[in-house]
Amino acid sequence: MTLIQERPARPEGGRLVDQFEYGLDAPICLTWELTYACNLACVHCLSSSGRRDPDELSTEECKALIDEFERMQVFYVNIGGGEPTVRPDFWELLDYAVEHHVGVKFSTNGFRITPERAARLAATDYVDVQVSLDGATADVNDPIRGAGTYDAALRAMANLQAAGMKDFKLSVVCTRHNIGQLDEFKAIADRYGAQLRLTRLRPSGRGADVWDELHPLPEQQRELYDWLVANGDQVLTGDSFFHLSAYGEALPGLNLCGAGRVVCLVDPVGDVYACPFAIHDRFKAGNVRDGSGFRGVWQEAPLFQELRSPQTGGACTQCSAFDACRGGCMAAKFFTGLPLDGPDPECVKGNAATALAGARTVPGTSQDHSHKGPVRNQPVPLTLMPTRTKPASACDESPLAPSPGWTT
Amino acid sequence: MTTTGTTARLLDLGEAWTLSGSVELRPEPFGALAYDFHTRRLSFLKSRRLVDVVRALGSRDDVAGALDDCGVAAPERPAYLAALGALADGGLIQRRADHSQEDRTP
Repeated sequence: MTLIQERPARPEGGRLVDQFEYGLDAPICLTWELTYACNLACVHCLSSSGRRDPDELSTEECKALIDEFERMQVFYVNIGGGEPTVRPDFWELLDYAVEHHVGVKFSTNGFRITPERAARLAATDYVDVQVSLDGATADVNDPIRGAGTYDAALRAMANLQAAGMKDFKLSVVCTRHNIGQLDEFKAIADRYGAQLRLTRLRPSGRGADVWDELHPLPEQQRELYDWLVANGDQVLTGDSFFHLSAYGEALPGLNLCGAGRVVCLVDPVGDVYACPFAIHDRFKAGNVRDGSGFRGVWQEAPLFQELRSPQTGGACTQCSAFDACRGGCMAAKFFTGLPLDGPDPECVKGNAATALAGARTVPGTSQDHSHKGPVRNQPVPLTLMPTRTKPASACDESPLAPSPGWTT
Repeated sequence: MTTTGTTARLLDLGEAWTLSGSVELRPEPFGALAYDFHTRRLSFLKSRRLVDVVRALGSRDDVAGALDDCGVAAPERPAYLAALGALADGGLIQRRADHSQEDRTP
């Protein structure tokens, strides 16, 4: 295949970031969405989760995949979903991973992190927990994540703290409504002995539906950047905000698109995608059920080979900031219908403005596991938010009755 | 995440060191990843020879012996001692009290 023959050879030595552009023998940061089932229906869910897929990997298949991670020395995996704790075998798989020297950091909305579970989690160094919260106050959080989710997240953090768990993560997706709360998030994390993690809102999954209304405004991006420069050494970002490095000083982290190079995603049915924010056929490299397993997909998939080259063309390479931002996030460009070798939709130089204003085709999703009917804790529509800061009555707080089948 | 070589600390050539028990190395084309399962911290070793030196530490009486093993010549040694110093600061390698003791034998 000529594409592969034409790839430039990996340089000797030099900067680590240049090495990473050529890929690694195994991922550094592997996200494994364990299930599409979720007890919530967050408006910005990047995996469009809600309902379990009938074809999800079985317990035995999951264990075989953990065995493969161990053989490849994937030191830790980030487990998400959906809500991973909804899977009946979640705790069994967690124990299995720990026994096989694969560390786990899992994301949760906190509903199921009881004092007993918290004690179990605190007992091993191999497990880390990341509690999701998208507002430092319930009136900002609950319209995004659902009624009662603010309280559930804080309860989970209190349980983890009481169990002696240290440095677990408080994970926040930065939106137009919470950029002004960064200090408050930091204070909440400090109060519970947690570490704050801020990530970028991507127009992936259901995030595409709300991105226009929720992504930070240009002046808020600057506010976020300044805050990260001032607090960056105490805050994790998952390398989310490298597009902001074009403001000047590079933010801590690798500052490159790691998709298919150092990062990938395994979804609940075993499909392997280039990154957690790119669950779309365009970025599907293969499936762990294929003959050569996860290793074969990671090391040999043509899509990943293609991604493991430095970008040499496109509008961005002509920009003075290209070395800082590297053109930004591939998934953000793709899901807003922008060319992959052009500027990020949130380019801080404003270089995407014309393209965003012009004719473009948004690709939409290639999978959708969203709940089809009402869900307990359903988010209150965003358009109602200004009127929702103070409930008029007790029943206004929770307009939906619990649906049968979910126990949280 | 840290990279090596940014600290003022230099390891003493006469000391005995070894890879910490909670740390595993994964070879990569550029060098290796080092992961500490206790602290959940990932570090990068940016040359294969440094990886060889780190692996050799545990089976040699002192740092000098490990550098000799891997053919690190005198002019290069300050850079290697600084890189090892950074690994020591990060807890990735640890001091061995007894020269004859091998921490990582099964």
